[in-house]
Amino acid sequence: MDSLSASNISSAQRDELMETVKQQIAVANAQELLTKMTEKCFKKCVSKPGASLDSSEQKCVSMCMDRYMDSWNLVSKAYGERIQRERNRN
Amino acid sequence: MSDLFSSSSSDLPAGLDNEKELQEFLLVEREKAKLQAQIHEFADICWDKCVDKPSTKLDSRTETCMLNCVDRFIDVSLLITNRFAQMLQKSAGGY
Repeated sequence: MDSLSASNISSAQRDELMETVKQQIAVANAQELLTKMTEKCFKKCVSKPGASLDSSEQKCVSMCMDRYMDSWNLVSKAYGERIQRERNRN
Repeated sequence: MSDLFSSSSSDLPAGLDNEKELQEFLLVEREKAKLQAQIHEFADICWDKCVDKPSTKLDSRTETCMLNCVDRFIDVSLLITNRFAQMLQKSAGGY
């Protein structure tokens, strides 16, 4: 009802808010990806934690990271295509 | 979007226009964030299903598995949602 009083924001304020929101979303997204990759690649590459991360484990983690990002992109593509198909059906 | 009941936006003061634009922006960003969260979840589930040992590239078998995994997960989700709705309807019809 009285949203009028709170709505006097300038164009500059609006743009600033939009930019902040975009950045925060991007950061949250990157953090989520980071958390998942760490969890998944630790599981895949470190079966028995030793005194240090040996070179084969390090190599495995690097590859795992790259493959996880490949997978993420594939999933994103498959999901996008599915959404498109569902829209066309209705 | 639905401007049926509101007066045209052109006669609003500039501050309100900004507010409206911001709200629309937030709605769109929220939808995008939801999509991304869903992609994270699919990637999590399908990675566990499809990827064995990480190698220098995703082989085509793994790729196909990932793509099918997303579609089948959605199928299962739809199937369960529909069947569950039917169950609810049936039990509600008993009264």
